[in-house]
Amino acid sequence: MPFKTEPFVLNFGPLHPSTHGVFRMRTTLDGEVVLDIEPVFGYLHRGIEKLAEERTYTGFIPLTDRLDYINSMSNNLAYCLTVEKLMGIKVPERAEYIRVIIAELQRLANHCIAVGSMLNDAGAYYTPFMHAFREREKILDLFEMVSGQRLTYNYMRIGGVSQDIPPEFLPAVKKLVGIFSHFVDEYDVFLKQNEILLARAKGVGILPVDLIINCGISGPVARASGLKRDLRRDDPYSVYDRFEFDIPTCENGDCYDRYRIRIAEMRESLRIIAQAIKEVPSGPVIADVPHLIRPPAGEAYAHIEAPKGELGCYIVSDNSIAPYRLHVRPTSLINLSALRQMVRGWKVADLILIFGSIDITMGEVDR
Amino acid sequence: MIVALAAKDVIAKLTEKFPGALEEAGRDAILVKADSLLEVMTYLKNTPEFDFDFFNFVTAVDYYHYFEVVYHISSVRHNHSIFVKTRCYDRENPSVPSVVSLWQGADFQEREIFDLFGIRFEGHPNLKRIFLWEGFQGYPLRKDFNR
Amino acid sequence: MEIESHGYIYSGDEIDRHEGEVIEATKAKSREAIPDPDAWLEEEVKRNIFLTTLDTAINWSRRSSLWTVICFPACCAFELIAAEGPRFDISRFGMEILRASPRQADLMITAGTLTWKMAPVVRRVYDQMPDPKWVIAMGACGISGGIFRSSYNVVPGYNKIIPVDVYVPGCPPRPEALIHGIRMLQHKIARSKAVPDLSELPNPFKKGDRQ
Repeated sequence: MPFKTEPFVLNFGPLHPSTHGVFRMRTTLDGEVVLDIEPVFGYLHRGIEKLAEERTYTGFIPLTDRLDYINSMSNNLAYCLTVEKLMGIKVPERAEYIRVIIAELQRLANHCIAVGSMLNDAGAYYTPFMHAFREREKILDLFEMVSGQRLTYNYMRIGGVSQDIPPEFLPAVKKLVGIFSHFVDEYDVFLKQNEILLARAKGVGILPVDLIINCGISGPVARASGLKRDLRRDDPYSVYDRFEFDIPTCENGDCYDRYRIRIAEMRESLRIIAQAIKEVPSGPVIADVPHLIRPPAGEAYAHIEAPKGELGCYIVSDNSIAPYRLHVRPTSLINLSALRQMVRGWKVADLILIFGSIDITMGEVDR
Repeated sequence: MIVALAAKDVIAKLTEKFPGALEEAGRDAILVKADSLLEVMTYLKNTPEFDFDFFNFVTAVDYYHYFEVVYHISSVRHNHSIFVKTRCYDRENPSVPSVVSLWQGADFQEREIFDLFGIRFEGHPNLKRIFLWEGFQGYPLRKDFNR
Repeated sequence: MEIESHGYIYSGDEIDRHEGEVIEATKAKSREAIPDPDAWLEEEVKRNIFLTTLDTAINWSRRSSLWTVICFPACCAFELIAAEGPRFDISRFGMEILRASPRQADLMITAGTLTWKMAPVVRRVYDQMPDPKWVIAMGACGISGGIFRSSYNVVPGYNKIIPVDVYVPGCPPRPEALIHGIRMLQHKIARSKAVPDLSELPNPFKKGDRQ
C-alpha cells in the first residue's frame, strides 16, 4: 500500500545560522524533499536609494560601502566609475593601478569567505572557515594600512582614491602574493578530493546555461555553468586591458563547480596583482575635480565585475549636488532569481548547500 | 567590447514593423509606447539579428509628470546592449505590461518597482510587495512621499 | 527551460497580511526608548548588601561562559565573526558557542541595522531567551540607527525594542572594541545580585503572581 503524504510548509526564518544574513524562505516540503520555495526579502531594506537623494555625490560613498559589506571596495569602485562616466573625468594612471590592485585583493578576500562559508554549510563545521578567515585577516591588514578601516573603507573617491598608498604597501602586497598562492594550493589539496565534499556537492543544484542567460545571472555562478562572460574581458574598465589573465569556466554548473571556480579565480587574481605591482607609475592619485561635485544633467550606467557578479550603478542627474535617482543593479538579488528551479527535488540539507554556493549578501539584495 | 547599440540604427530597423511607437531618447536608449512594449521586446529578443537574451536590470524613475521605466538588455552572442524606456503618465494608477513571460529575471525586480513606486505590471503572476510589508502606506521612492 | 510564471504552491498571502499588522503594531508602540536596566547601580549605592560567596561564585560562572544567540543582520556581523576567528579569539573568554537557539543563550549581541520589518522577530527571539539575559548593542546602527537614521524603514536604535545593557560604538567596531564591550558586561555581571531573596520570588500558590 503506498504511503499517503501531504506537503507542509516550513519556515526558514530570518534569524537562521545558515542563511547568510536575514533571508527568509517558506519551503513547501514533502517529507524531506523540497517541492517549492518562496523567498521573502526586506528584513534589511534600509532605503539606500532614497537616502541617495538627500546626500551629495561624495557623501554617498560611505553608504555604498554598506551595500555589499563584504566587498566594500568594489561597491565604491562601481559608484565612482558611474559618476566619472557622467562627468567625463579622466582618472590618473597611478590611481587606476591602485584601484586594480585593491579590487583584486578584495576579490581574494571575498572568495575566502565564500568558500569558507559554503564548506560551513556542507557540514565541515568551522575548520575551513577558520583557515580562510586567518588568511583574510592578512588582506584586511593591508586594507587597514591603506584606508584605516577593516570592513567599510570609504577609500575611493570620484576621480581617483582618497589618499596615496604608504611606501610599505607594495612590498607587503608582494609578500602576500607569495604566501597566498601557497595557501590556495594547500586549501585546495585538502578539499579537492575530499570524498564527503564530492558526495555532497557533485551533481547537486545544477543550473543550466539558458536559465542563466534568461535571468541575467552573472559572476562565478554563471561561469561555473559554462557561460564565458567576464566584464574585465568583455567590457574592460580601468586598466584591465593591460594585464594578461584567463577566464576559468567549468562545465556542469553544480555546487562542486562553483567551489572549483572560486579557487581558480583566486589564482587568476594573484596573477593580476603580481603583474600590476611591477608597473605602478608615480603621479597624482586623484584628478582635478571640485570639492562639491555637480555633474551635468543626464544619465549614465557603468558596471564592473565585482566578486559576486556584475555590479552596476545607474544614476540620473539634474545638475544639482545630489543625485536625482540612483539605482544599484543588485547582483545578489538577480543571482537568486533561479533559486526555485535549482532546489526543486533536492533535500533540505542540499537546499542549504545550494543556497550557500550562490554566495549572496543580504545588504545587496535588500539595499 | 560590449557595444552599446546606437539608438538611431535600432529605430531605423524597427520603424517599419512598429510605426509610430518608437523614438530616440539619448544616444543609446529608445523610447517605446507602453501599449506596444511587449511586442517590441518580443521582437528584440527573438530576432537573430538583435538576439537580446540577457536581461540586465529594470528600474523606474519618477519625473514629476510621468514615471519612466528603464530596461537594460544585452546579447551574449553579439555582445551588444541597449536601453529601452517606456513612460506612463498616470499618477493614480500607473500600469505597464510585464516582461516576465520573456525573461524570468524581471520577476523580483518588477515586484520591487511595484513596492517602491506603485507601478502595476500587467501579466505578472505574483505582484505583491517584496521589501516592505503588506499594509505599508505609500510608495517610498516617489518624490511626494513624506515619512 | 520553462519560465516560472505560475504562483507558488502554498500562497503566503494570509501570513504576509498578519505579519504586516504585527509590524504596524510594533511600530506604533515603540516610540520611546526602553530604559536601560540599571538595577545593579542602585545595589551598589545601597551597599548594605554584601555580595555573598554564593553570589560571587554564581556571577563568576555566569560571566565566564556567556552563550550568544545569533542576531546578525548586517555588516557588524563580520566583525563579530572575526572576533570569533583565530586572531581575536573570544573563545578565551568562554564564548565560542554561537548557536542559533535562544533557549540556550544568555547574551544577544545585536550586530546590524534593525528595520521595522525585522523588529517583531528580534523581540520574539529576545522574549524566548530565559532569564538572566543581557544585550549588547553593537555598532552605530544598534545604538541610534547610525548612518541610516533618516530612512523610512530603520528603527532608530535597538533600545526602542529591547532593553540594552552595553553600547559599543563604531561603524563597524573593531573586534578589540567588541571585546572591550564584553569585558564591561562581565564587570557589570560581577557586581549584580545573583541569589534572589526568597520573599521577592513569585509565589505560585498566590493568585496574581502566576503568569
